[in-house]
Amino acid sequence: MIAIAFKSRRTRRTERVIFWLLRLATYFILACATYIFLDIGIKGSRTVFTSTPPFINLPFLTEPPQTLYVFDYDGKKMTLSDRQFREWKSAHAGVDVEATSVAYSAGGIWPCIVGTALLVIGSMALALGIGISSAIYLSEYSRNGRWIRLVRIAILNLAGVPSIVFGLFGFGLFVIFFGWNVSLIAGWFTLGLMVLPAIITASEESLRAVPQGLREGSLALGASKWQTIRKNVLPYALPGILTSSILGIARVAGETAPIMFTAAYAMKDEMPWQVAKFTDFFFQGVMALPYHIYVVSSKIPQNEYTERVQYGSAFVFLFLVMLIALTSIVLRERSRSRLSW
Amino acid sequence: MVATLEMPETTSPTIVNQPEQVPKAEIERAMIEIEQLDFAYGAHQVLHGVNLNIPARAVTAFIGPSGCGKTTLLRCLNRMNDLIDSARITQGAIRIEGVDINAPGVDVVDLRRRVGMVFQKSNPFPKSIYDNVAYGLRIAGITKRSLIDEAVEKSLRSAALWEEVKDRLHVSGYGLSGGQQQRLCIARALAVEPEIVLMDEPCSALDPIATAKVEELIRQLKEQYTIVIVTHNMQQAGRCSDHTAFFYLGRLIEFDQTAKIFSNPAQRQTEEYITGRFG
Repeated sequence: MIAIAFKSRRTRRTERVIFWLLRLATYFILACATYIFLDIGIKGSRTVFTSTPPFINLPFLTEPPQTLYVFDYDGKKMTLSDRQFREWKSAHAGVDVEATSVAYSAGGIWPCIVGTALLVIGSMALALGIGISSAIYLSEYSRNGRWIRLVRIAILNLAGVPSIVFGLFGFGLFVIFFGWNVSLIAGWFTLGLMVLPAIITASEESLRAVPQGLREGSLALGASKWQTIRKNVLPYALPGILTSSILGIARVAGETAPIMFTAAYAMKDEMPWQVAKFTDFFFQGVMALPYHIYVVSSKIPQNEYTERVQYGSAFVFLFLVMLIALTSIVLRERSRSRLSW
Repeated sequence: MVATLEMPETTSPTIVNQPEQVPKAEIERAMIEIEQLDFAYGAHQVLHGVNLNIPARAVTAFIGPSGCGKTTLLRCLNRMNDLIDSARITQGAIRIEGVDINAPGVDVVDLRRRVGMVFQKSNPFPKSIYDNVAYGLRIAGITKRSLIDEAVEKSLRSAALWEEVKDRLHVSGYGLSGGQQQRLCIARALAVEPEIVLMDEPCSALDPIATAKVEELIRQLKEQYTIVIVTHNMQQAGRCSDHTAFFYLGRLIEFDQTAKIFSNPAQRQTEEYITGRFG
C-alpha cells in the first residue's frame, strides 16, 4: 500500500507566495511600460495632433522652436510665438504690454528632426564603412591567433563603455584636439565609434552565417578571394548586416550624452543647409531631438507652457525610434524568408 | 608529357605502395604527378609519402575508408587546403603538366580555373540557374552576353541538365532537386573549361536514379577532361573509373587499373577492403 502524502499547508502557502511574487514582478514591468507610453502618448498627442483637419500639427513638425510670449490684452490671455508677437506688435503700434517670455515653448522641432537625421545618416555611414570592413577582415582574412583575440577583446570592451565617456572622448579628441569644435563631423565620429562594436559583431555573425560551401564553390571556379567575398559572400550577408544595423540607428538617434559636448546646440537659427560655403556644413553644430528634450526639460524654467514642447518632442522621438525598430524587424523577417540554405 | 614511372622507395617499410602494377603502356600521359607527398593538419600528419601519377583524359577513383586522406589529397590538387589554417604540405610535390603547383609565384586563381571541383554537398549559389553557370565566366571577365549564353547552354548540355532546365534558366538553382543541383554544380565547373575536374563524393547525397545520371555523365566527360573522383561507393568506382587508387591510413596502398583492383588486387589490404572485411 502506497501512502500518498498530501502537501503540507506550509508548502502550499510558499508555492502561492512565490507564484504571486513572480507574477506581480511581471505585471509591474507591464504597468510601468503602459504608464510611460500612455503618458507620453496622451500628452504628446495633444501637441502633435489637432482636432481640425489636417489633424496633424504641421507647424510643430515644420517650424523651428520659438520663444513663447504670454500677456493679457483686452481682457484676453494671448499666447503668441516670437514671430506672431512681432507681427502683433506692429499691428498694435503704440500698445504697450507686459509679456512673459517662455523659451522654446512656441514653434516646432523641425531643426531637431533634421539634426538628428543628419547625425544618424553620417554616423551610420561611417560606422557601416569601418565596421563592415573590419568584420570582413576579422571573419574572412585574419587567422585566429593571440593578436586577433586581443582585437576582439578590445571590440567587446568598446561596447561596454558608457556613452557619456564616449562623449567626453569625442570632446577631447575631435572637438578640442582636432579643433573641429562642436560640429556635425565631431558628432558623427563620436556616435560612429559608439555603435562600431555592435556593427562589427552583427556583421561578423551575418558573414559567418553564409555557408562555407559558397566560398569554396566560388574559389574553385577561379575567383580570387576578394571576388568571392564581393560577389558571393557579401551580397548574402548584407541584408543581415543592414537589419542589425538599424537597431544601431535607434541607439545613435537616441543617445544624448555623446552629442551634448560634440555636436548639439541648444538653439540655432539657421537650418543646417544654410551655410556660407560647402565645407562649413561639416563643421556646424546642429539641434537634435534627444538634446532638445533634455534642454526643454531641465535647462529652462518650468511652467504650464513648457509641457507642450516636452511631451510633443518626446512623442515624435519615440515614434521615430519605434518606426526604425519596426522597419528592422520587418526587413529581418523578409530577408530571412528570402535567403535560406 | 610522358609519365615518370620510376617511383622512389616508400618511406614506410611495412606497406609497399609502389604502383609498379601499372603497365607503362596504360598511362600514355600523366596529367598529375604526385611525388612523395606528406601532408599535415598542424601536428597531425594525414598523408604519408604518396606517389601517384594520374593519367589524362581518364577517370581515376580514390577509394578507402573514412579518414584515409583521399579527400585531403583531392583538395591538394587545386590547393583548396590553403583555406585551412595550419594545413600544409610538409614534403613532396604535386606537378600538373610538369608545373609544381605549390611553387612560389604560381597563380592559385589560375590553377583553380584549370582544375575544377565538384563538392560532396552540392553547393549551388543562391542565384538563378543561368547565373550559377555564368558565375565563373563573369569572374574571368567575360561580359559579352552571346558568349555567356553559348557557354551556359554548352555546359548545361555537357552536364545533361539542359533539357530539364532550358525553360526555367532564370529561376533559382535552389528550386532544383538534389541530383539536378549536383549536375548544376558540375555544369558550373565545366563552364570555365577546366582541364581537370575533381569530384569529392559527388553522389553521396543522391538517390540511385540521380546517381546513375551523374555516373553516366562522368563516363562521358572523360572524353574531354581528366577526372579524379573520391568515392565511398566501390560499385561506383567499379562502374565509372578507369584507374583506382586505394588509400589506407594516409598511405597509398595500391594503384592500378580498376578492373585489376577489383578482380585481382596485388595487396592483401586492398582485397580485404574491397571484399568488405574492414573499412
